[in-house]
Amino acid sequence: MTPPGAGGGATETGPDTSVDRTPSDRTDVCIVGAGPAGALVAAKLAAAGHDVVVLDAGPRFDPAEREDRMERLLRPGDDRPVWPVDPERDAYSSTGEREYPLNAARVKGIGGTTLHWQGMVMRLHEQDFRLDSSVGAGADWPFDYEHLRPYYAEAERELSVSGASDNPFAPPREQPHPLPPFPPSHSDAIFAEACESLGIATHSVPNARNSESTADASACVGYGTCKPVCPSGAKYDATRHVREAEAAGARVIDRVPVQRLEHDATGDRVTAAVYATPDGTEHRQAAREFVVAAGGVETPRLLLLSKSEQYPDGLANSSGAVGRYFMDHLFAGMGGLLDRRTRQKHVGFITSESHQFYDREDDSRGAIKLEFLNYAGPAPTDVALSADEFGDALLSKIRESYGNHIAVSALVEQFPRRENRIRLDPSRTDGHGNPVPDVVWSLDDSTRRALRRANEIQRSILDELGASVEWTVGPENTGPAFHHMGTTRMGTDSDESVVDARLRSHDLQNLSLVGSSTFPTGGAMNPTLTIAALSLKAADHVDERL
Amino acid sequence: MELSRRDALTALTAVGLGATAGCASSSETDTRVADDHVVETLVAVAEAVYPSEVDGVESFVREVSVRRIGADEAYEAGVADAVERLDDYVEGFRDATYTDLSREERTTELHRMGVGNAAPDPSGLDRERVRYYLVNELLYAFYSTPTGASLVGLENPPGHPGGTTSYRRGPEE
Repeated sequence: MTPPGAGGGATETGPDTSVDRTPSDRTDVCIVGAGPAGALVAAKLAAAGHDVVVLDAGPRFDPAEREDRMERLLRPGDDRPVWPVDPERDAYSSTGEREYPLNAARVKGIGGTTLHWQGMVMRLHEQDFRLDSSVGAGADWPFDYEHLRPYYAEAERELSVSGASDNPFAPPREQPHPLPPFPPSHSDAIFAEACESLGIATHSVPNARNSESTADASACVGYGTCKPVCPSGAKYDATRHVREAEAAGARVIDRVPVQRLEHDATGDRVTAAVYATPDGTEHRQAAREFVVAAGGVETPRLLLLSKSEQYPDGLANSSGAVGRYFMDHLFAGMGGLLDRRTRQKHVGFITSESHQFYDREDDSRGAIKLEFLNYAGPAPTDVALSADEFGDALLSKIRESYGNHIAVSALVEQFPRRENRIRLDPSRTDGHGNPVPDVVWSLDDSTRRALRRANEIQRSILDELGASVEWTVGPENTGPAFHHMGTTRMGTDSDESVVDARLRSHDLQNLSLVGSSTFPTGGAMNPTLTIAALSLKAADHVDERL
Repeated sequence: MELSRRDALTALTAVGLGATAGCASSSETDTRVADDHVVETLVAVAEAVYPSEVDGVESFVREVSVRRIGADEAYEAGVADAVERLDDYVEGFRDATYTDLSREERTTELHRMGVGNAAPDPSGLDRERVRYYLVNELLYAFYSTPTGASLVGLENPPGHPGGTTSYRRGPEE
């Protein structure tokens, strides 16, 4: 239940007339979405001197409330979500073979899902860009790694990535990461010893959290609650680029869900984004260029909601691919107990991985990325705040519960399949009367094979350590990693894809779609660095057209 | 184990109140000061729920929880209400308030009231409110900081900004 007086941010709910939410005149670029993709595009284009307006469905959160959000996470009994969900705005359906918990997978607001992300930022491998050509699975991207490589470097600078060049499986890079890596943990050393015996190479993890202070943020101070909230701001979130964009003159308007995009009589150009303010008033924001950066679910939904006489199947959807090929990464994991202290729960991020099982030998299964956790098992508060015991008995219980846990997880690739999709559910509407998104999601045999293989590798490592295995997440009980990809896929063939290699719609000359919705395949890397690289690339292309 | 003022400051830093804690005692802060009986009851509950090896409980509670509670007027009212509900319950059995009881009796009364297996709920049943506003308030202040967590070998528990070096150390270092 909500405690009396609990702060939730006056800006999060209810009418708010203190902000001018009317449209801007003479706008060069209208961007839908203030998550990492929209914020990066906004910052880059505003810095280039363009007039930019950003519209976001969610609120602007007060950074001063982050410690309160952290306490919501750590203290049971406060049923407010760490980041608010609006039941009308965020209604959805999930009618696929697998239930999809959409509202656990995203944050709507200025900063978007980076507000609750883990902050892991690795480049896709070279093979990811030519999966069809190399093993006959999925699809090729319309460009190769070398094309995106300079944008990856730019993205790492923008996100102040802390990392090392010790990963023997990573694609080539031209220079060190902007900040030094977080050194390995005590439990990394435990894992490394076992992995070495098994011939498995381990290496560092690039993190979008400051290992040192920068002009943008302090160094990480180890709150240990990175996902879902970093009170110090050392973990990158897109509010940094929102601030940059606003400093360069961009206008960022919160709590204005875009209802539809309108186009001209020829159907060649988008003319306006129609959005609603908290009091229900609708406005039209006109612009020369439009960028939709609303994530892998809301981006295709907005296009489908924008159907017209000329485009009865939705905007930018002459291919019929809008909403299709929805992908996520699957979680595989195994954990147990050791007869030695593992020193977990000091930090909330990981410092060691193995990409040895990433590249595919054939099309039988997707990529596997192994992660060695630093936060296995319960923390003392997890035990104390729900225990039946008090005093010395409670301390004994915590001592029994904390200290010997160990766990290894994995992200597993799901190949794109046309039947996995985001579509509109005409039987349900949101607070503005628009059909809600329906997530239709299932797993295929190749994904199950990859999950089983991940479990085999994890089992071998824990066996080598002599751990007693306490839990396993595999093909039967896996879940999504909350990386929404593929629903406005990029490609060279306008009959098969939604946007071209410049992230521009095949159908409309001034409409760009930016984010993981454009990924033709998803690999098994956390997607945000690639989202950032594509956003910076898209910003250059929009700039060229203005 | 003696709880020191340093422990209190560390705990306050974890909850974002360290800046004021460093320059003023609890009676001099810009936050509201809880009612004496509320404070005494918090100390009494802490003595029941904290390990017996811990000394200096009263000053820790006064420095940490009283300040936390005083920073939010509505939360403070919830704590005061929970104290009243706890006293009402105890008076039904013993003709005494909770603070009048011995340490052993305090533990007994918490269990008899059903606080041990109650789900914490700020607007729930009496035992659920006592769990949320009193017991869990105190346990959170204690175990989300090195003060309590270091008793189980965790110098930087979740919720505490204890830096990025302890995770690298082994158990004997």
